[in-house]
Parts: sequence; structure tokens; C-alpha cells
Amino acid sequence: MSDSPGAVETQKPELLHHFSSAEQQRDASTFGMWLFLATEIMFFGGMFCAYLIYRYWYYNEFAAGSRSINIWLGTINTAVLICSSLTVALGVRAAQMGKRKLLVTLLLITMVFGVAFLGIKGVEWYQKFEEHHIPGNSFNVDDIIHDYPQIHIDPQHEQIFFSLYFAMTGLHALHMVIGLGIFTFLTYKAWKGVYSPSYYTPVEVGGLYWHFVDIVWIYLFPLLYLIDRKPLR
Amino acid sequence: MSEHIKSEHVMSSKMYYGIWAALMCLTVVTAAVSFVDLGPLNTIVALVIATFKALLVVLFFMHVKYTSEKMTKAVIVSAIFWLFILLALSLADYTTRLLS
Amino acid sequence: MATAAVMAERETYLNKEYGIRSWLLTTDHKRIALLYLISITFFFFIGGFFALLIRLELLTPAGDLVQADTYNKLFTMHGMVMVFFFLIPSIPAVLGNFLVPLMIGAKDLAFPRINLLSWYLYVIAGIMMLHSIVTGGVDTGWTFYTPFSTAFSNTKVIEAGLAIFVSGFSSILTGLNFVVTIHRMRAPGMTWSRLPLFIWAHYATSIIQLLGTPVIAITLVLVVFERAFNLGIFDPNRGGDPLLFQHLFWFYSHPAVYIMILPSMGVVTEIIPCFTRKRIFGYKFVAASSIGIAVLGFLVWAHHMFVAGISLYSALIFSLLSYLVAVPSAIKVFNWTATMYKGSISFTTPMLYAFGFIGLFTMGGLTGLFLAALGIDVHVTDTYFVIAHFHYIMVGGAVMGYLAGMHFWWPKISGRMYPEWLGKFAALIVFLGFNLTFFPQFLLGYMGMPRRYWQYPPEFQVLNVLSTAGSTILAVGYILPMIYFLWSMRYGEPAPDNPWGASGLEWTTQSPPTTFNFEETPEVTWEAYDYEHIPAPEEVPVER
Repeated sequence: MSDSPGAVETQKPELLHHFSSAEQQRDASTFGMWLFLATEIMFFGGMFCAYLIYRYWYYNEFAAGSRSINIWLGTINTAVLICSSLTVALGVRAAQMGKRKLLVTLLLITMVFGVAFLGIKGVEWYQKFEEHHIPGNSFNVDDIIHDYPQIHIDPQHEQIFFSLYFAMTGLHALHMVIGLGIFTFLTYKAWKGVYSPSYYTPVEVGGLYWHFVDIVWIYLFPLLYLIDRKPLR
Repeated sequence: MSEHIKSEHVMSSKMYYGIWAALMCLTVVTAAVSFVDLGPLNTIVALVIATFKALLVVLFFMHVKYTSEKMTKAVIVSAIFWLFILLALSLADYTTRLLS
Repeated sequence: MATAAVMAERETYLNKEYGIRSWLLTTDHKRIALLYLISITFFFFIGGFFALLIRLELLTPAGDLVQADTYNKLFTMHGMVMVFFFLIPSIPAVLGNFLVPLMIGAKDLAFPRINLLSWYLYVIAGIMMLHSIVTGGVDTGWTFYTPFSTAFSNTKVIEAGLAIFVSGFSSILTGLNFVVTIHRMRAPGMTWSRLPLFIWAHYATSIIQLLGTPVIAITLVLVVFERAFNLGIFDPNRGGDPLLFQHLFWFYSHPAVYIMILPSMGVVTEIIPCFTRKRIFGYKFVAASSIGIAVLGFLVWAHHMFVAGISLYSALIFSLLSYLVAVPSAIKVFNWTATMYKGSISFTTPMLYAFGFIGLFTMGGLTGLFLAALGIDVHVTDTYFVIAHFHYIMVGGAVMGYLAGMHFWWPKISGRMYPEWLGKFAALIVFLGFNLTFFPQFLLGYMGMPRRYWQYPPEFQVLNVLSTAGSTILAVGYILPMIYFLWSMRYGEPAPDNPWGASGLEWTTQSPPTTFNFEETPEVTWEAYDYEHIPAPEEVPVER
């Protein structure tokens, strides 16, 4: 009945039967992706709500926990994601101009940045593991308490910070992994020559998703890493 | 590039590099400013910078500035507004509990 | 009128292809609607079975049928299955999927393959839920309140939570499909102000599905994490706040009730003008009220938490907002009534259900106002008053609307007429059974009988017995349509294109429609509910 838009026979996409024009099909796809991103805003938003409330209640523990995560790795990761957004945007442009090789290259570089992000995140998490800051049986924040003799740090409240830290960065990382999967598919199709100036909607739509994941991190970074970096008195 | 544009409006790559540079600078700034004691302003500055960065990505990388599609903007604004409802009304409870 | 011979040779979406693959791999919105019909009916039986056990236990004051722990599982599973696997999909996934493209003059939804994916996600979620039921069930209440669900319950909380998470995805994708379709796929001339109000209702429902469901998704994820990794996010012993869970849970679950009722209202708004032979009164107000309910519905969630420990000030705010949300619903009731004034009313089965809806929904809605008042809520919260209130809306409202819609569009869906006299008879049985089941529960709650208790003081027994008696009558009322709908698929009178003389593009196609709905894209030049120009049906369905 309907054929996939990736039909390789011609440069033009196979217009799906229920659409009356290629433009309608493209508009529907991008509109659909924006709606999906709206649901993602609410999805992450629920965790931002939890974060907000516990930061309001346990500011000291949140500040202390924030200091204990690696700001250098966080900043580098933010830069990595911004670079990947650049390559995605350039990739969409390449598709628009019909430059197949450039498109494939840019998509691959994007994925390299994505993998780099996950690698650095893995290093960060491993640091937390070594420091016993992962909530669970071996959770121990005596080192943090020790750094703040003048403030009372409740280890249970500190555990809430780290639970949210791992939940939020973990969920974000999961979205990165899904993004890498999507981009693998896009890269393969791009390499096969499926995309052209008259049909590059999947690249555009995949790009929107990737940018969104970047934006989530743009907020996670200050909220998790920069709560309180003032020099300790 | 997306909706309802008669001629394919291809962005200049220079513009993308410019936005990228701005985002990188803002990242450095936001990290650096966090070390300066601004009192309660630290959080506000950090969130303002983050929002500005997000806007750059949305408007330029995601092409929202150049789209003539009203629904895209309506969807973004609605989602943010709905999140705001969740945060604001929940906080209305938490911030007034001790007053009761 | 189509004869059986004509029907046999005509191509429809039902006979275009045969074989299980053509059904399981279909992207035709009409076939997907039928796939959903079968699955949600299956879950209706499961949820109904638990209800039966609950009512059996409550025949006697003593806890003598099941143990307390088992009873906790019964009401939990009844709630989870009915809410997430029956009510939320019901009208949108069955009638919405079938009718939205037809009503707007489109060949299919915007994303047919995502539509199929929605169904598969629902099925996967359903299997997960069934598995959690048969391997021990859940006893937390459908509300999953923490810290019981995260730290103390010994049941399948994680699995049920994940099942509902997956079903949420199904719901989100359906909503996404509808919004894009309604925006982008309307036939020429089908402007927003000519859309059937059924479409407006589904548009509003889809907004709620898109913006609300993700929040319960993340909430359940956090509950699963907490339970799996022994975190303390919602555990008061470790600085967590159980109320945070409730805020996040109800942020979705309150708008969810509007997901369950708005489509039903949309159905009623189609039926009333048809069987009154009059244009709907106040089209713009009805459309706006659907959107109004969707928006305002997001502002009231903490009225489920009045006695849980939220601040008095926020309780006042939520109480006020809860009063406001009643206004758009009331507007609909007024407009339906005004439509009927000086109309030419025929009491067909769909119309009987629609009448039932208006009366019962109004009662349920008004008792909601009782609950929105803080002073009253303190006394009746967590009693049978609340249970009666929401069953009046969910069952007296939503389910009756669903049955109304199934009867109204059955000729279009199946190409057959159901037996009208049986339809009327079943509607009466449903109405009687429903009231006998749930009206006593208002009294019980007001007198103080708590909900979720498996024993009760002896003075409550009479009303409980009445309620259980009513539930058996109600069950009969539900089983009857299932039987005669199935019967009609083989032996029912072949249906004409427009047996009711109704307005709407779906009635301009054959019954059942072809796979691609319209031979030519229709061009709309008339307003909605154009009953001055639509002739009454040549034949009122023949009494058999």
C-alpha cells in the first residue's frame, strides 16, 4: 500500500498516498516532530519540577553535591554538544544543497561528538562511583560533609541530590543514545543517496531532535554543575 | 527551510559558525561567572544565559526564526507555558506550607 | 438501500484484503480502529471481572470472600485496567481513529504507520499489565501513592508502572497523530468553523494527551527507579516528599479524566443534533468549551490532595480553579438542552444513551463541585462519595457516550444495522443497572463508608447489597450489545450510506467505507450540522 519515503528508485520521495503534495507531507512531518518535542519538554519538565522543589528545600546539600561534580568535564561536554549542533545544522544545509558526501561527513562527525559526550559522561559517572556518590548500598558522602564543616549536610538529603543528578543525566544520556541510533539510520540513508534538495525531511526532523537534546543539556549544565561555585570562605 | 517558504532559503554557513561561536563564548562565560560571588543573582544569571543559548539554538539552528509557520511557535510557547503551570502551581504549595 | 447481494460484491475496507497479516500489518486507520476495539473490549472484561469480585466481597460486612491484601489488589487492578487500558484509549482509539479522517475528508491520518505503532505499544503494555496481574498483581491503588508503592508494597509495582508507561506512549502518539491530521489534512472548504464538534473534542483531548501524559511517564520512571535502586526521592524517612509524587501524579491524572470525558462529549454533540433534526445551539461556544476544559483541566490537580498536607493557601487556589473548570462543561449541557428545544426528537438507541449521558454526567459533575468545596471534601474524601462521583462521570458519562457512539456509527463501521429494539432495551438496562449500582454509593459515602476497605460496619449492608445487585444488571446491559453487534455482522440488515440522515462527511461515503474513504476529495461548501438541508432518513430503522 504505502511505500517508505526512502524509496531509492528516484530522487523524488515516494509521496505517501494519503498526502496530496510533498509540501503537505513535509509540513506534517516537521509539525509532528515539534509536537513530540513538546512532549519531551514535559517529560524532562517533571524531573525539573522534582529538582526545583528539593533544591528549594535542601539548598545546602544541593550546592555541596554540585561542587563535587566535575565542572571541567561538564563544561567540555557542553562545548561538545554545541559543536555537534553546529555539524547537524550544517548537515541539514548540505542536504538542502544536494551535497551528499558533505552531508554524510557532517552526520558522521555529529555522531563522533555524540559518542564523545557519552564517553566523557561515562568518565564523570565513574568518578562518582569511585567516590561512593552513587545512591545505593555503598553511598557515602562523608567526604562532602568533611568539606563543609560550617554547614550541616544531611547525607539523606545529599542522596536526593545525587538521585536526581543520575536520573536527569541518565535520562539525557538515554536520549543521546536514541539520537545516535536515529543518526546511524540517517547516515546510512544519506550514503545511499536517498536525500536530495527536494526531499531531506528525515534529516531535518532528526536534526530537530538532536538540537532538543542539546537544549536539555544547556539547562542541565547550570542547574547541576553551577549551583554554587563561589570560593569557600 | 521547513514550512511554506517559496524559494528554498539556504542559510549561509557563516551564520551557523557565528551562532556556534556565540554559544561557545556563552558557555565559557556561564562557567566563569559561577565562580564570582553575585549572591542570589548567580542562579538568575546562569538561567538567563542558558535561556539565551537555548533561544539561539531554537531560532537559528532549528530555523524557527525563518519559518512562516505559526504552529511551530505556538507549540513551543504552549509547551513552555504548560511546564510553567506545573512548576508554578507546585511551588505555590511548597512555598506557602509553613505559612499555614 | 444496499441489498445483501450488492454488499457482497462491493469493495470495502473490510474485504479489501483477507488474512491475519493484512490486519496485523495494516496502516488503514479504520482497521486499526477495529484492532483497538477488540483489545479494549478484552480489557473491559478484565476490569469488569475485578469489579465483580469487589462487589461480591462487599455483599457482606465481613471480609469473607477474599483477604484484605487480595482486596487491595482487586481495586488496584480494577482501577489500573479500566483507566489506562479501557477508558483512556476507548473513544479516541476506536471512534476517533475510525472517524477523524472521514469527518475531515482525508484518506487517512497523517502518520498511518505511527498509528499502527500506537496499537502495538498498547498491546505490549497490555501484555505487561496482564503478566503483572497473573504473577501476583499490584496492591497500591491505581494511584501508586508513595512511600507504600516505592518502599513497602511487595507486589508487581515496577512491572505495572512500566506497563502504564508504555501505554502512555501509545496515548501520546495517538494524540500527536490527531493534532497533525486535524491541522494539515482537512479537505478543501473544511474550515475550522465547519469541523464537526466531535473533531474539536478530539483535538482538545489530544492536547491533553500530548502535554499531560509525559509527566506521569516521568513520575512512574522515578517510582520504578526508587524501587529498583532503593532511592529516597519520595521517602519521608530520607527527606523525600510523598506529596511531590502526588503533585506529579495528579498533574497528569486529573487532565486524564478530561481525556476520558471530552471524546464522549464529542459523541453526544454529534448525536443530539441528528436526532433533534436541528443545528447544534452555540457551535462556537461548544468548540471553545472543549478547549477551555482542556486548558483549565490542567490547573486543578491538587484538589485530589486537599487533605494530604498541601498548604491551605494552595488548597484555596485549587478549590477556586476547580469551580471554574465546571463552567465549560455546564456550557455544553446548556447547549445540548437548547439544541433539543423545539426540535423533532426521535428516541433511537444512540439518543437514549445521549440522554443518559446528559443526566448522569450532570449529576457526576455537580457532585464534583461538592468535592471542590474544601469543607465538604474534608468529610467525604476517601469515602464512597468520591467513588460514586467519578463513576457517574466515567461510567454514566464516558461509557454511555462510548456506547452511544458505537451504536450511532455501527452502520458505518460494519455496514450493518444492529437490532433497534434490543438496542433500546439494553440502553434501559444499562441506565437502570448503573443507577442502582452507584446511587447508593453516594449515600454510603455521605454516611461515612470509606473507600478501599474490604469490611464495613453492618449498618451499611443494605445499600451495598443494592449496589451489588445493580452491578449485575449493569453487566447484563453491557453484554447485550456485545452479543447483538457480533450477531449483526452476519445477520444484521445491510446499512445504507446514511441510515440516520446525519450531517457529516462520514455519512457521504458508503457503509462500510472503502479503504481510501473517498473516491474524490470532497470539497466542503456548507456549514456543520446543516440539518435544514438534510432530509430525514427515508426509513427509520425498522423495528424487528
